[in-house]
This record gives sequence, C-alpha cells and structure tokens, in this order.
Amino acid sequence: MTSMSAASITPVTGAPFARIMGVGSYRPARVVTNAEICELIDSSQEWIRERSGIEERRFAAEDETVADMAVAAASKAIASAGITPDQIGAVIVATVTHLLATPSAAAEVGYRLGAGNAPAFDISAACAGFCYGLSLAQDMVRGGSADYVVVIGVEKLTDIVDPTDRSTAFLFADGAGAVVVGPSTTPAIGPTVWGSDGSHLDAITMSGRYEDLRNEPRAEYPHVVMQGQVVFRWAVNEMARVAQEALDAAGIKATDLSAFIPHQANLRIVDAMVRALKLPDHIPVARDIVKSGNTSAASVPIAMDAMLQAGQIPSGGLALLIGFGAGLAFAAQVVELP
Amino acid sequence: MAQTEQEILAGLADIVNEITGVAVADIATEKSFTDDLDIDSLSMVEVVMAAEEKFGVEIPDEEVKNLVTVGDAVSYIAKASA
Repeated sequence: MTSMSAASITPVTGAPFARIMGVGSYRPARVVTNAEICELIDSSQEWIRERSGIEERRFAAEDETVADMAVAAASKAIASAGITPDQIGAVIVATVTHLLATPSAAAEVGYRLGAGNAPAFDISAACAGFCYGLSLAQDMVRGGSADYVVVIGVEKLTDIVDPTDRSTAFLFADGAGAVVVGPSTTPAIGPTVWGSDGSHLDAITMSGRYEDLRNEPRAEYPHVVMQGQVVFRWAVNEMARVAQEALDAAGIKATDLSAFIPHQANLRIVDAMVRALKLPDHIPVARDIVKSGNTSAASVPIAMDAMLQAGQIPSGGLALLIGFGAGLAFAAQVVELP
Repeated sequence: MAQTEQEILAGLADIVNEITGVAVADIATEKSFTDDLDIDSLSMVEVVMAAEEKFGVEIPDEEVKNLVTVGDAVSYIAKASA
C-alpha cells in the first residue's frame, strides 16, 4: 500500500561515526581502609585483600549526592573534550543509586552543567550501565538526535549497602566517571555486544522493596544482596566470551589493544577474564578496584581516566571495555581512547 | 570410557594445585576443601569450572555447596561422567 500523503518527512541524518572526545572522573575525598571496614564486619584486612584485591575505597560524604558527583565528573569530561556546556545535545546518567523515583538524576545534572534544555534521562543497567550508555550515545550521534552526548556512570553504593553484611560491605564504593561522545569521520567506537539474562535476577538484588517500609515502618531498610559464587562463575565463564565477541565484532585482535578496561567487580574476576581471553602480558589491564573498590556503573570511566592520567595508556590507542552486573546485564565494545 | 575414581582424584589434585598452590600430596579424599585445604569460595568456583572442562561434566551452582570434601567431588564427578 502506498502513502496517502504527498508530503514527505525530512530524513534524519547524523554523523558518519562517533568517538569518545573527552573523559573525566570524580572520586569522593574520604578514603576508607580495610581496617575501617573490619570495624563493622567479622573479617580481616588480609581476607578482604585476598578475596577482592581491594586495599581501600572512597566513600561519598553523607550530604554528597549522585548528582553532585556526576556534575563533578562530567565537567571535567566536557573540558577535556574541548566543547562548551551549551553544545551538549543530550545527558545520559547510568546509575542504580539515585534513590528518587522521579525526577531523574540526569535532569538535574544537565541543568547544573549548563546544558540548557538538552534531553536528559537515566538508565538502569547496574554495572553494565556505562557501556549501555556509550552504545546509546553512539547511536544518537550517528542517528542524528544529538551532536554531543555526555554519558555518566555514577554510584553512591554506600546508600544501599549494609555496612555489617560481610559479603558486600568491603566490596562496594562511591564515585563517578564521564565521557563526551561526539561526531567522528572515522570509526572510533566498535559494535556493542550486549544483552541481559533475566533468569538470574536473584544473583544481585535488593533485600526488600522500599514500599515495604510504607506498610511496615520497622521493616529492614532494603540493601543490596549478592550471590558471590554465582556472579563470579557467570562473569568468568560468560563475560570473557562476550569480551571476545566485542573484539571480533570490531575486527580487532587482542594484540592490537592498548588497554583492557573491564568493570571493576573484583580483582579475581578481572584476572580470571584476562586468563580466559589469553590477553598478552604487555597489555595494560585496569586494576583500579585496588584503590577504588567496586563503583558499579562508574568503574569503567573512572579506571579509563586514571589510566590516561597516569600515562599508562596512549591517547588514540584502542581499549576493550566491558560492563556486567545485576540483571544480569552486560555490554562490551572496543573504543579508541580520547 | 569412564574414568576410575583414582584417575579422577589425580586429575582433580592437579587442578586444585594449579589454582590454589596446595601441594598435590596433600590432596586426599578425606580432606575438606575449606577446613583442611583452606580453599575459599571463589577458588572453589574456579576449581569447579576447571573440573567441568576437564571431566566433561556439569556441576550446577546448587551442587557446589554439597562438595565438602575432595572425596565428595570425586564421587560426584564419577557418577556424573558414568
């Protein structure tokens, strides 16, 4: 059947390709040692280091919000990209710890960044959130819905972690990382290999629902709970395969990489993935978890920024990114570093 | 052809040694993974995954907690691969 109307819609046109133009991160000021964590859980500093690789992490101040940290990280990313806030075409915030059903964190963040009336929204994909956002941003730039997209991964996990739960208290932390994605004349973000597996909803979840508190004010405040062994096995088995698929999809060999920047879930997961991927020894691997703990959606951009700042990885080099976590959600892609 | 329990024990000892550094000579059927060999839960997952690959069996998550001793694991693998 043909159209009844003679009028035709103007075609949408975007940039031929997209790239990460700038990166920035924010780490809260307060350093929390394993010794401090052990004041509230039956554990030892050695046990924490052996299980997770973590030596210290950062906790946000009580009055420091997800939006505060997101603005701090995004401001640096915008400056590093060399654009001005009024050029921002969209703001995407990936987080699971903006504990307000509405409005979104992104709406506040965009406003505070000076992004005017740019579209802004949050996405919920847990530790895969940043890589999900990067995929959306690339599609938006190439699809013509925005020239420059700010993608922020930010978490204040201390708001949903029970500090007396010995399986999670030492693991999770706070922070923010951000990038600006903009137009490119050459391919600089590879195809995203992503997905989710809802058959393991219980692997990482909350101990209860917030509305339980409405019915029973004395109900336990909901906190994150995790089946560590299930997650570990899934991450090592399945995520190394997803990372390899992202390499294959981009047409890149492991030996072409300048960096491997996986979600900082646990140092032992990182090391097991490196082994499973058979990454050559000389390729720098993000091990930021040692100093930052697991910051969920923020971990990949925080680690990327740290490695670039330290001169561990070159501008223009290729990095393999992978995020994976509750959902179970996952996303991986190869990117050219800004 | 199914492997004997002796062969499975030897193969499992190699895996445990490679992942945790525990001496092969210390790995005997009556030893508890946690209490005697000091293998933590994440290392146990790595041992299980390596065993699955080596012996061509499946050891589901809910089964792992029942494998208290090395002997438990050997019997499970023997049964699963029979």
